[in-house]
Amino acid sequence: MHEMGIVLHLAKTLDQTAEENKLTAIGKVVLQVGEVSGIMTDLFTDAWDYFKLRHSVLKDSQLVLETIPAVTWCDHCKTSYETVKYGKICPRCGSGETWLQQGNECIIKEIEAE
Amino acid sequence: MKLIQLNETVTASNDRDAEALRLRMREAGTLLVNVMSSPGSGKTTLLSRIIRDLKQLKIGVMEADIESDVDARRIEALGAASIQVHTSGMCHMDAGMTASAWEAMEAEDLELIFLENVGNLICPAEYDTGAAKNLMLLSVPEGDDKPLKYPLMFQKSDALIITKTDALPYFDFDLEKCRERVLKLNPGIRIFPVSAKTGEGMEPLEQWLLAQVQAL
Ligand SMILES: Nc1nc2c(ncn2[C@@H]2O[C@H](COP(=O)(O)OP(=O)(O)OP(=O)(O)O)[C@@H](O)[C@H]2O)c(=O)[nH]1
Ligand SMILES: [Mg+2]
Ligand SMILES: [Zn+2]
Repeated sequence: MHEMGIVLHLAKTLDQTAEENKLTAIGKVVLQVGEVSGIMTDLFTDAWDYFKLRHSVLKDSQLVLETIPAVTWCDHCKTSYETVKYGKICPRCGSGETWLQQGNECIIKEIEAE
Repeated sequence: MKLIQLNETVTASNDRDAEALRLRMREAGTLLVNVMSSPGSGKTTLLSRIIRDLKQLKIGVMEADIESDVDARRIEALGAASIQVHTSGMCHMDAGMTASAWEAMEAEDLELIFLENVGNLICPAEYDTGAAKNLMLLSVPEGDDKPLKYPLMFQKSDALIITKTDALPYFDFDLEKCRERVLKLNPGIRIFPVSAKTGEGMEPLEQWLLAQVQAL
């Protein structure tokens, strides 16, 4: 139930944003989800549909999910490569001294509101 | 409708709640220690041992579980304050739930509170509970490759406790290799190999905890 937890926090963060900015309705919510964040987008949308009924400012909102590609950096040959395709081992030099540069995040990019 | 740029992580509201709780607990003089690990790695056994050894401290425990209150009862049997928190299916504790649990304990005089988080190596690492210190347990039977598979929790922890070291002869857990992998992820982390069963290695861990309480 990982998605449920994230959606709960998303709804709470948006509620606070609405209060701080005196917003009465939120429309589009653009969320950037990393490719290897482990978030299942189907489950996420279902969880959102459940929560938006419970937060009046969100009741007509639409969730728009954008994917952030996962990129890994190789410390040995100082280049980056696609994480999903090659995993932990650098396809150029075979080194395992690699770090995830991006692709694990879940960011609220922007919202439409009034 | 207008467009508002946020560029905030989804957990931003939790991060704010966590910061507020940290401040309140510091003012109350209570050190909150978040304890994370897989199920069955020995959290309740270790905490029971610490409660028995550190009698000079007023210690309490928050037991987060999806169901049941067996762990809270084990702690209460030792005479320590405890509270059971049901996470209603959630895979982690967040700062809001932790704050409610602390309020419900009505124990502002405690010097040290352990939060036994939900058994899971992934989700608890992603949510700041408001704890002043984060501990993680890795038990010998789980294997020394866990830092490679679940790097985030090792990165977020102030100390790693390698538990059940009395079982080392029966598993091919390489303590040195594990240490090396963990330090690569988090050079500042403290590592304590212990056996709560035999008591081996408990002393340095308990001294470290005492120092954290005194430093608050
Ligand atoms: N050999 C050995 N066994 C241990 C040690 N510590 C705990 N155990 C055993 O490991 C099992 C799980 O211990 P618990 O303390 O309940 O573990 P936990 O992490 O609290 O478990 P959950 O709360 O269910 O996730 C029990 O059977 C303990 O007796 C130890 O130091 N050595
Ligand atoms: Mg337990
Ligand atoms: Zn390389």
